[in-house]
Amino acid sequence: MGKIWSFIHKLGSPKWFYGISARLMPWFWTAAVVLILAGSVWGLAFAPQDYQQGNSFRIIYVHVPAAFLAQSIFVSMAVAGLIFMVWKIKVADMAAAMMAPLGAAMTFIALFSGAVWGVPTWGTWWMWDARLTSMLILLFLYLGVIALRGAFSSRDSGSRAASVLAMVGVINIPIIKYSVDWWYTLHQPATFSVTSRPAMPMEMWAPLLIMVLGFYCFFIAVTLMRTRSEILRRESNKRWVREIAGEQG
Amino acid sequence: MPSIDTRMSEGRQGSDGEPRGGLLVAVWATLKRDLTLLMRRRSEVLNPLVFFALVITLFPIGISPDPELLATIAPGLLWVAALLAALLSLDSLFRSDYEDGSLEQLLLTPQPLAMLGLAKVAVHWLLTGLPLALMAPLLGIMLALPSGSYLTLAFSLALGTASLSLIGAIGAALTVGLSRGGVLLSLLVLPLYIPVLIFGAGAVQAAIMGDGAAAHLAILGALLALSLMLAPWAIAASLRISING
Repeated sequence: MGKIWSFIHKLGSPKWFYGISARLMPWFWTAAVVLILAGSVWGLAFAPQDYQQGNSFRIIYVHVPAAFLAQSIFVSMAVAGLIFMVWKIKVADMAAAMMAPLGAAMTFIALFSGAVWGVPTWGTWWMWDARLTSMLILLFLYLGVIALRGAFSSRDSGSRAASVLAMVGVINIPIIKYSVDWWYTLHQPATFSVTSRPAMPMEMWAPLLIMVLGFYCFFIAVTLMRTRSEILRRESNKRWVREIAGEQG
Repeated sequence: MPSIDTRMSEGRQGSDGEPRGGLLVAVWATLKRDLTLLMRRRSEVLNPLVFFALVITLFPIGISPDPELLATIAPGLLWVAALLAALLSLDSLFRSDYEDGSLEQLLLTPQPLAMLGLAKVAVHWLLTGLPLALMAPLLGIMLALPSGSYLTLAFSLALGTASLSLIGAIGAALTVGLSRGGVLLSLLVLPLYIPVLIFGAGAVQAAIMGDGAAAHLAILGALLALSLMLAPWAIAASLRISING
C-alpha cells in the first residue's frame, strides 16, 4: 500500500512524470501502431462483408473506436480536473489541457465518419439520430471547455475554470444522452437502425476490438507526449528543464 | 424603510454579541437586496420579456403565417425563445456585483457561499423565469397553440426555467471575470440546457396530444431537484475562481 501511495505522490511531480513517461511512451506507441495496423488490415481486407450493408460497414472500424475515445477522453479529462482541484497536482491539469483538443478531434471524427456512413445506409448525410445528436452535443461541450480555458488571462484561473466545467459536463453527459434517446424514440419512428443488425460474427468484432485497444494506446501515447512538452513549456524556468535543454544544445 | 445593513446587524447581534441566526438572515438579506436592486432597474427585468415577444414575432414572418403550421411548431418555438431570453439575462446575474465589489464581500461572509448564490439565482428566476412563464400563454395564442395546453406551457416553463437559471448561473459565475464573457457564456450553457428543452417542449406537445404531460413535468421536476442539489456548489466554486483569478 505504501508503495502505491508513494507512486501516486511521485506522479504529481512534473520532473518524475517527465522521466517515467519517457520510459512508458515507446511501449504505448509501439502497441498503438501494431494494433491499429493489424486491426485495419484485418478489418478492411479480411473481415467478411455485411450481408445488408456490403463493404460500407467497414467504416465501423474507425467510427466506433473514435466514438469510444470521444466519451472516455471527456471522462478522463474530468477525472484529471478533479485531481487537480482536490490535490492541486499540476501534471493532472497539464494532461487535461492536452486531452481536450484530442477529444474534440475524436468527436469530430466520430461525427464525420457517422455522416459518411449515413450516405449508403440512410441515404442522407445527416439524420437527427439519437447517437449522432448526443455526439454533436459532446462536441459543443469540448469546444466550451477549450474556449473557457483560453479565455482567462491567468493560466491558473483558466485551469480551474476548465476543471469545474469538465466536471459539470461529465455529470450532464449521461443526462443529455438519456434525454436525447427519449426524445428520439418520442419524435422519430426508427425507420433505419444501425443497431438492429444481427449480432456480429467473431470475424467482424475481433478486428474491431483490436482497433479499439489500438486507439486507446494511441490516446495514452499522444497524451503522454503532449503532456511532456507542456511540462517543459510550463516549467521552463526550472533548473532541471534548463539542464535538459542545455544537454540537447 | 430601514437599510439592509441595519437588517443584517439586527440578525447578527445576539445577547452575547456573537453572530446568531446567521444563514437564514444572510440568505433573506441577499434575496431582499437583489430584488430591490433589480426592481430599481426595471428595464433589465423587461428586456428578456420584450426579447421573447420579438423572437416569437419573427417566426411567423420568417416561416409562414399559416395557423396550422404554426400550431405544430408552437411548443418548440415558445420553449426555444424562452430559453434564449433566459440566457440573455444571465450575463448580468453576477456582473454588477463583480464590478462594484459586493461579490467579494459575499465571499468573505461566514455563511456558505453556495446558499447565498442560491438566493441570487432564486431572484433571477423570480424576475426572469416566472414572468416568461406567465407571458408564454399570451404568445401561445398568437401562435395558434391548440387550447388545453396553455396551463402545461406555463407550468413547464416555470419549472424548467428554474433549472435553466441554476445551470446558467454556473456559466455566469465562470465567465463573470472575463470582459467579453457573453458569447462564451452561451457556448458553455446551451449544451447543458438540452435535457430541459427536450422535456419542457415535450410536456407541451404531450398536453396537445392528450397523453402523459405529467410524466414530462415529473422529469422536469427531477432535473430541478438534481440541479438544486448540485448547482449551488459549482456556482460557489466558480465564483471563487473568478474572484481570485
